[in-house]
Amino acid sequence: MKSSVIVFPGSNCDRDIAVALEKMQFKNQMIWHKETKLPKSDLIVLPGGFSYGDYLRTGAIAGKSLIIDEVIKAANEGCLVLGICNGFQILTETGLLKGTLLRNKNLKFINKDIYVKVTNNETKFANKYKKDQVLKINIAHNEGNFFTDNNHLQELKEKNLIAFKYSDQKGIINKRSNPNGSIENIAGIYNSKKNILGMMPHPERMVDELISNVDGLNLFSSLLN
Amino acid sequence: MKFSVTVTLKKDVLDPQGKVVQNTLISLGINLKNIRQGKYFEIEIDEKDQSKAEKNVDDMCKKLLVNLIIEDYKISKL
Repeated sequence: MKSSVIVFPGSNCDRDIAVALEKMQFKNQMIWHKETKLPKSDLIVLPGGFSYGDYLRTGAIAGKSLIIDEVIKAANEGCLVLGICNGFQILTETGLLKGTLLRNKNLKFINKDIYVKVTNNETKFANKYKKDQVLKINIAHNEGNFFTDNNHLQELKEKNLIAFKYSDQKGIINKRSNPNGSIENIAGIYNSKKNILGMMPHPERMVDELISNVDGLNLFSSLLN
Repeated sequence: MKFSVTVTLKKDVLDPQGKVVQNTLISLGINLKNIRQGKYFEIEIDEKDQSKAEKNVDDMCKKLLVNLIIEDYKISKL
């Protein structure tokens, strides 16, 4: 499976995701944001980081970069697109995913391992997980507070487009298990065709027992499935 | 021609920064009802026709300066 990781000035999880992809035998290429041609890819990843120093709004400037037209074109043709953290923020700025990520409710940058529950496992990204499986996974963001209008929220629920929800270790979803104030504890969403996933948690940081755990591995093995 | 653009969060969107500023002012003994924090841009463009110029600024807002899902904006001529 061929993957392309788009690199922006200020991306800082691009190498982590490349290591995770290569570990899972993806044939990966790093693509600089000024490129105007995207090599044929089965998966495009927009990595985490602080593209353009979060100037204006998180992901706003990266969302207008040259390569993005190619990403949008590929996504509309059905290519799988994964946006992690800043990548999720960029996806909302491009319009590929609806909604937006606001400043965390407590106004603090949160970097810690939290728990999320797999809300929908019938997708290309999550089929190796069990439904309602609880994953321990790292978040590291200042703007992860997912917000959208009521129509979109309704659509997310009715069409089963919520990928992950923040929960506690036992899978209980409530205000206490919501780290950043996201609407309905949403940690990740799909587009209506389910070929685009945006998520705030970092699966690429959870692929090795030595440094964390392996709860993120199944996202990549799902893609290969 | 010079314009200003003021960008504010929509009424229903939580503004935690504004809230903290508000609470701090109240703790300083200042009486107030509500504060919403926003962004301000000053934009200069080479265009003599005011309606054309305003349209250009409006384009800038829609294309980049404003996230229309959560923000409102107001253009004024300076």
